[in-house]
Amino acid sequence: MNGLPVPNGVPISWYLLLSAVLFALGVAGFIIRRNILTVFMCIELMLNAVNLTFIAFANQHRQVSGQIFTFFVMVVAAAEAAVGLAIILTVFKNRETLNIDEVNTLKN
Amino acid sequence: MTQNLWIIPILPFIGFLINGILGRKLPKMIVSLVAVVSVLLSFGWVMKVYLTAGDLAANPVTEHYFTWIRSGAFNVGWDYTVDKLTMIMLMIVTGVGSLIHIYSIGYMEHEGGYYRFFAYLNLFMFFMLNLVLAANYLLLFLGWEGVGLCSYLLVGFYIVKHSATTAGNKAFIVNRIGDFGFSLAMFLIVVNFGTLDFGHVFAAAPGKPTGALTAIALLLLLGATGKSAQIPLYVWLPDAMEGPTPVSALIHAATMVTAGVYMCTRSAVIFTHAPAAMETVAIIGLVTAAFAATIGLAQNDIKKVYAYSTISQLGYMFLGVGVGAFSAGIWHLMTHAFFKALLFLGAGSVIHACHGEQDMRHMGGLRKYAPITFYTLCCASLAIAGIPPFAGFWSKDAILAASYAHAPWMYWVGTITAGMTAFYVWRAMFMTFFGEYRGHGHPHESPVSMWGPLAVLAVLSVVGGFLFNVPKILNSMFPIEEAAEVPWLVYVSVLAGIIGIGLAAYMYVVNLDLPERVTKAIGGLYALVYNKYFVDEVYDATVVHPLVEGSRSVLWRGVDQGFIDGIVNGVGQESKAVGGVLRLMQSGNIRSYATWVVLGSVALVIALGIAGGVGR
Amino acid sequence: MDLFFFLLFAIIAVVCGVNVIAQRHPISSALSLIGVMGSLAVLYLLLGAAFIATAQIIVYAGAVMVLFVFVIMLLNAGAEERTGRRSLIARIFGIPALIALLGVLCYFVQRWFPNAGVVNFDAWQGGSAQNIGYSLFTDYLLPFEVTSVLILIAILGAIVLARKELD
Repeated sequence: MNGLPVPNGVPISWYLLLSAVLFALGVAGFIIRRNILTVFMCIELMLNAVNLTFIAFANQHRQVSGQIFTFFVMVVAAAEAAVGLAIILTVFKNRETLNIDEVNTLKN
Repeated sequence: MTQNLWIIPILPFIGFLINGILGRKLPKMIVSLVAVVSVLLSFGWVMKVYLTAGDLAANPVTEHYFTWIRSGAFNVGWDYTVDKLTMIMLMIVTGVGSLIHIYSIGYMEHEGGYYRFFAYLNLFMFFMLNLVLAANYLLLFLGWEGVGLCSYLLVGFYIVKHSATTAGNKAFIVNRIGDFGFSLAMFLIVVNFGTLDFGHVFAAAPGKPTGALTAIALLLLLGATGKSAQIPLYVWLPDAMEGPTPVSALIHAATMVTAGVYMCTRSAVIFTHAPAAMETVAIIGLVTAAFAATIGLAQNDIKKVYAYSTISQLGYMFLGVGVGAFSAGIWHLMTHAFFKALLFLGAGSVIHACHGEQDMRHMGGLRKYAPITFYTLCCASLAIAGIPPFAGFWSKDAILAASYAHAPWMYWVGTITAGMTAFYVWRAMFMTFFGEYRGHGHPHESPVSMWGPLAVLAVLSVVGGFLFNVPKILNSMFPIEEAAEVPWLVYVSVLAGIIGIGLAAYMYVVNLDLPERVTKAIGGLYALVYNKYFVDEVYDATVVHPLVEGSRSVLWRGVDQGFIDGIVNGVGQESKAVGGVLRLMQSGNIRSYATWVVLGSVALVIALGIAGGVGR
Repeated sequence: MDLFFFLLFAIIAVVCGVNVIAQRHPISSALSLIGVMGSLAVLYLLLGAAFIATAQIIVYAGAVMVLFVFVIMLLNAGAEERTGRRSLIARIFGIPALIALLGVLCYFVQRWFPNAGVVNFDAWQGGSAQNIGYSLFTDYLLPFEVTSVLILIAILGAIVLARKELD
């Protein structure tokens, strides 16, 4: 493979850009969607994007701390998913709806 | 050896405290005893100082008590000083004052608020003595203001009478305007001299620029016109007759109104170095004298006649001061204290005799009912008319001679005024004591507590002129100038007085319907004079009314309610409004919350980026 | 090769991400999310984080997402209807806020890390289980223990909250 100037690796900034895009998609979904479950899934998407950033930096600095942090993020995300879904179950039990706009008794 | 001058004002002050705090519960006897004894003791101490102080001209007594104000280089102490001028004033104030205190025992016998009256009288004595003893302008001003306060309290003594309280207000407010001038003068003195102490100011005065001295003198004059009822601030004195008659005698004849003359005389050094101001003083004095005399011609209330007479005689004193005859002015101050106090106390006796009647048209023939009052008032009226050898002749003549030397036209105006003075005083005498009694009930003579002081004052009115030759006494302060003798001056002024008395006798004893015909003949002019030239109405329309209306509409509604309340209420309203807007963020809608979070985080990231990022 | 794999799985991740937010039925979103996680795991592998990549598949995709799918099934969530009652703020500011966020992030990433370096597969194998384990049990022992407590609390919370089952 000669003639084509192919970079011999992937610049770190591309990983970071990908992470940014995924994060933005998560935010968009969080704002746009009405179903509580979908909103929750967008939160998970955001967390994953952040994980990617951490791993990229860990690679750049040749340290394992970034990956440790990702580890903890995953643990917390799991715990959060468990509790959050329990809350959603309770809300559904009371409201019979999964529409986020109708859970607004804190209004005014 | 200290003379303990502080005792002189402190004694009346103690009387004030006792009567003011405990007087309500004390019997009348004790109240009057405390009041009169405190003033008599004060007089006694004055005599003691006089007898033991030696030659006050050479070494005046000065006592320093404590430092009142110390601010940088500016120092004001509570200092009393007694020189010959002070001694004269002290004797007048305490002497005539104690006589009036004694008189008041009888006069106020049946009045309510007995203890309050004597408490206020004693307080007045305290402030007046402070004024006279002061060795610097600030302490003088303290006394000045204090006597104004007591004047207000005493003029409005009959608190249930609306006219009395209004008169009290008027006295105080008009005085305030004068006090403003006095304050400005004091500020100028501090600026130019750095001190308010008499000694230092008068020593440094000759060297200061005339402009500054003229300004100071004119402002001091403004203060004096307020306190001594000259044009333009005289309007309070006739209304002040609402107060009890002893008050009129003490405050508005003998002592308080003379404070202005005293102050001008004390500041003689400043005035003599500001010729323009001296001229102003003379003109104001002369015009006031003539003006007030004309008003006095037509009044029917006996106290009002004497009130305008006081204004007129004060004009004479200012005339004396203005033409440079300071000691003549003080001489007239002293004789005036004697005969004017006597006139007022006599008027009080007459009113007492007629059971409260003050209108002379309802009096008459009191000669047989109240003989002692009649004879004493005769002495006073002869004195004020300038008939020798009574007291008023000497002092008035000295002033007229000095004014002739200064400017002959002043002498002629002064003489005509003297004629008018004699006329209206004797008009009052004839209307009151001669003819038939035109009132109701039976008039009677006053008790001895009332005619006793009258008798003493009558004696002083007779002999006081030649017994106390003030210009000789004050020779060291105001050297007597040997002016050219113009012999006919004396004769002309005495003649004017005699003509005045004669005319009054003719109109009010001999030809009783002449006054009616005269007033009808000069109808409009009479109405003008009788209504005091409508000066009060003019002041009301030009000054009082715009001020009150302006305050009401601009300051009260505009500034206070609109602006200040607007700001205060506005703060509350705005908070509520802003809160109302911010409340809309809490919509209860989770998605909008999320959006706000995202927007906030975007802003935060941008801010961090601008600030240079998180430290690496 | 690295570049090819990166681009492939990056595109898969983005497409799946878009799918997550674009699909109407929650189950489709869940499956798309699993796709995202899978491609991210490969990317982790490219970055030398072998252990994390495995943990991602096992824990995240295999447990958390399965939990999600269970709940979707339990609640019998249907497709989302296009009804009204939308948040006005979200409608007006949502997309611009998103684009703003994206733009800002990209800008700052480019500015701060222009020449941050290059990733080569196998250039660094620091993310092995041995390394992670070593670091976890020495430097980060306290957080490790605390997270175990956290998980305990989460379990308790979930049980308490969802105790009364749907009858």
